Amino acid sequence: MVSKKHISITVNGEVKETEVEPRMLLAHFLREVAGLTGTHIGCDTTNCGACTVIMDGKAVKSCTILAVQANGKKILTIEGLSKGREKLHPVQQSFVDKHGLQCGYCTSGMILTSYWLLKNRKNVTEEEIRAAISGNLCRCTGYDNIVESIKDASKKMEEEGDPIEEHPEIKVRA
Amino acid sequence: MNPPIFEYFAPTGIDEVIDILAKYPGEAKILAGGQSLIPLLKSRISSIPYLVSLSEVKGLSYVDEGKEGVRIGAMTVDSDLENSELIRKRFPLLHDATGQLADPLVRNVGTIGGNLSHADPANDLPAVMIALDARFAVRGRNGSREINARDFFLDTFTTAMEPEEVLTEVTIPFWGKKSGGAYVKFKKNTWNFSVAAVAVQLELEGNKCTRAHIATTSVSPKSGRMESAENILVGKALTDEVINKAASEVAASAQPTTDPYGTEEYKREILRRITREAIRKALSRAGVN
Repeated sequence: MVSKKHISITVNGEVKETEVEPRMLLAHFLREVAGLTGTHIGCDTTNCGACTVIMDGKAVKSCTILAVQANGKKILTIEGLSKGREKLHPVQQSFVDKHGLQCGYCTSGMILTSYWLLKNRKNVTEEEIRAAISGNLCRCTGYDNIVESIKDASKKMEEEGDPIEEHPEIKVRA
Repeated sequence: MNPPIFEYFAPTGIDEVIDILAKYPGEAKILAGGQSLIPLLKSRISSIPYLVSLSEVKGLSYVDEGKEGVRIGAMTVDSDLENSELIRKRFPLLHDATGQLADPLVRNVGTIGGNLSHADPANDLPAVMIALDARFAVRGRNGSREINARDFFLDTFTTAMEPEEVLTEVTIPFWGKKSGGAYVKFKKNTWNFSVAAVAVQLELEGNKCTRAHIATTSVSPKSGRMESAENILVGKALTDEVINKAASEVAASAQPTTDPYGTEEYKREILRRITREAIRKALSRAGVN
């Protein structure tokens, strides 16, 4: 019998402490233990990026990180982007306004990768946007609207700021 | 799919890591970033009873400039190399490669030490380190030893490290004043390995090439130098004719095989073209037009 490991992960500002099997993936931890099903699993081969979350300020594939590896780290999921507020986060709103989604399966990953990009780069070019989302697959192939959404989000973030900044308990350094 | 069951250790000291590796010879393996290993476990291609994570060992992530070269900690993630101004300036060849490695999300987690220790000839960094003449510090039960990149990769997924040894640091020596390098990678889409890629590093005196290192990715069972092609360049002014000859020699002496990425013939032609491009780019970076 393999011994379980005690882990403590801060998810969207809340500390989640539990015992897990070492082989549990972070994506499964978020969905099944934390109950946050906005993080999707779209492949089993580290290709699609539907499971993207922000870990200690960096966009990562949560299906390719063990929950035990995330011990002590701060995670931001799609639920954290507008947590505790009535309005959507500017990046989410841009995806609505510019029709940046069709079936919606890849959307949470796309939005979190975009958020990570926009936190690190101002005045992003289309080339930078396309490079940044090269690890996120949209199987509806609606990339043009996704790129338009991210351009729009870049403007919105400039104008409105990042509402997460006002919630230090959610904020992860980026 | 879940990985198969394993025991997990995350010690805080490197000696403890080595002790655990020594306790389960052949059954324990290092977990660095996990961007190659975890997919292998999930697809059940590999099963490893004991995983030893380096995540809790402090002080393995750094890029430092020394007198003779740049030292890089084994747990430095690919995106930190990609964003390093020092690497961009001193080793454009490595900068080229880190910007094209897998995708941005994988680069945020994957490490230089993991990329090299995995010894996959389709990984980019083995060829890059061989071309740059890097040295690897490897730690085991009897302390540290150094292995040259060119002696490190023995075969596909096989390195010169003992089972209880850990790669801790990569040192890339500075090249001469008039030197430059480039990495040219040909891949059909982000999530696949390359059809072929080539790393070129050159040193010149006047217009004459005095030192040339060429290594390839994805077109041989292990990464190694293409010496017959290097010999065509050394001692000569690098005219188009010389460059074309060396590029053809790389294409001829590589060992590509026909697979879903393309036929052997196709890969040799790609390799010839990207080698020509890489040599020209390296030359212009060395200040020769």
